[in-house]
Amino acid sequence: MSTAIQAGASHRIGVQLLLLLLIILFCVFPFYWMVTTSLKTQVLALESPPVWVFEPTFANYTEVLGKDGVGKTLINSLIVAVSTTVLAVLLGCPAAYALARFEFRGKKDLWFWFITNRMVSPIVLALPFFLIVRQVGLLDTHLVLILIYLTFNLPIVIWICTDQFRAVPFDLNEAAMLEGASQWRIFRSICLPLAMPGVAVSAIFSFIFSWNELMYALVLTRNEAKTAPAMAVSFMEGYNLPYGKIMATSTLIVIPVVVFALIASKHLVRGLTMGAVK
Amino acid sequence: MSATTRRSTIIAFLGPSVLTLIIIGIGPLLYAVWTSLHYFNLTKLKQVEFIGVENYATVLSDSAFWDAMGRTFLLLGISLPIQIVLGLCIALLLHQPGLTFLKTITRLSLVLPMATTYAVVGLLGQVMFNLNYGVVNQLFGFIGFDPINWLGDPTNAFITIIFWDIWQWTPFVTLVLLAGLTTVPSEIEEAAKLETKRWTTILRYIQLPYLLPALTAVLILRTADTLKLFDMVFTLTRGGPGASTELISLLIQRVGFRAFDQGLASAQAIILLLVTIVLSQLYIRLLYKEVR
Repeated sequence: MSTAIQAGASHRIGVQLLLLLLIILFCVFPFYWMVTTSLKTQVLALESPPVWVFEPTFANYTEVLGKDGVGKTLINSLIVAVSTTVLAVLLGCPAAYALARFEFRGKKDLWFWFITNRMVSPIVLALPFFLIVRQVGLLDTHLVLILIYLTFNLPIVIWICTDQFRAVPFDLNEAAMLEGASQWRIFRSICLPLAMPGVAVSAIFSFIFSWNELMYALVLTRNEAKTAPAMAVSFMEGYNLPYGKIMATSTLIVIPVVVFALIASKHLVRGLTMGAVK
Repeated sequence: MSATTRRSTIIAFLGPSVLTLIIIGIGPLLYAVWTSLHYFNLTKLKQVEFIGVENYATVLSDSAFWDAMGRTFLLLGISLPIQIVLGLCIALLLHQPGLTFLKTITRLSLVLPMATTYAVVGLLGQVMFNLNYGVVNQLFGFIGFDPINWLGDPTNAFITIIFWDIWQWTPFVTLVLLAGLTTVPSEIEEAAKLETKRWTTILRYIQLPYLLPALTAVLILRTADTLKLFDMVFTLTRGGPGASTELISLLIQRVGFRAFDQGLASAQAIILLLVTIVLSQLYIRLLYKEVR
């Protein structure tokens, strides 16, 4: 009988193994296809049916980075994503501390407002932002993207950090207050260092969301401040699409995000549901 | 101590970010309301005039608007149940004991679709679902299907959008539900496993109550994200062929930036915003018992 149970158990493990491999394949295959297509020449990419075994070439990468100026758009993306993240953290951390530690009227409304920001479709803000920015002559600048990305980054940073500040023991605050330390001192020298893991996670989220964003970039930039996703889209014009180049640009865009996302993978759920599910 | 915190301290901590959000968030919204009450066409800026709620009346009686809303909810109505069923199955699988290493690998690969730039998902869709050069038709060919015109046919294009939505967001549903599963106290789960061998019974009576918050979060966030969905569809189909994949964000973008009717587009956006606010209220009411 025990052999029957064992046979049943190993059969179950076998099924599990198969299912897990299927899931991995399903998730990873599009990636595999993106990277391999980026290593094909245009002739090879337009082969019908597609070829699986071929001599890889980096020509697409040298071409998009050299001639097509994708390098500059990647730098634009980097400037925008890093600046907006730094700003969001600088502004968001004190606010998060206040939400975690102080009681005041209107706290509930503030909370509600932050959640709404998570839900609002970017097109709602893209329309008026475009008109305003056009009028003040700031179209196609980094500054505009940095500012508008704060509308979704700031709430995310505040949310994750509030959670983190709450986890810092309250006794520390009281002890420091008895010593006569100001709230700012307590925040800067005691709570903030202890909340650093949360701050780092929120910064990663902020970076990923800004780096991935397309719609605002499409509407608010032209050439000078064009970000990498907007650049990838501009390859899509014309009849004969340069598949290899599009996939090379896509790969360049996706790789940093994937690295960051894997680093923060333990916190993805908390970040994406704004702390409702931990 | 909270009562003793001075008002000025609170303002000093909260002021900068609240002020920033007012300037970049509320300000433009008010301007959008103003625009929505005017005839405001980017090509005829000399003729801007106040027309009251006429834009709203147009939107509410405009079949294109309701069609786009309908398509958005159709996408949600088809892909969300699939995502929840698939996600739940995968979460239950990952929750089983054994094969720890492979499960860690699986969990990491689930991160990939979620992290992929939405615009890139659309581009990848164009490459993989191409009629002649696409790998999907090649794979279908192996099992004896004729090539399918995925992106040129209205129904197939919509199916392609559904596919990518499922690819990208099933992992999210999985991870949220998996997080929910880990909140089930292990003693209760162990005890139940001694009582019954049927996983459906355990799911229904033991795990489901603990999964409810996760399911609610998934339901509301997926709804909001589908209403926001733009990048992937824009790069994959641009709303076409015809208007067959034109979701609500794509419609508003087209009206505002390709038909240049900012007044009408703003009215559409404000209506969309109202729907969103109702959703956020639900999210708060159902998920944050105590507003902390």
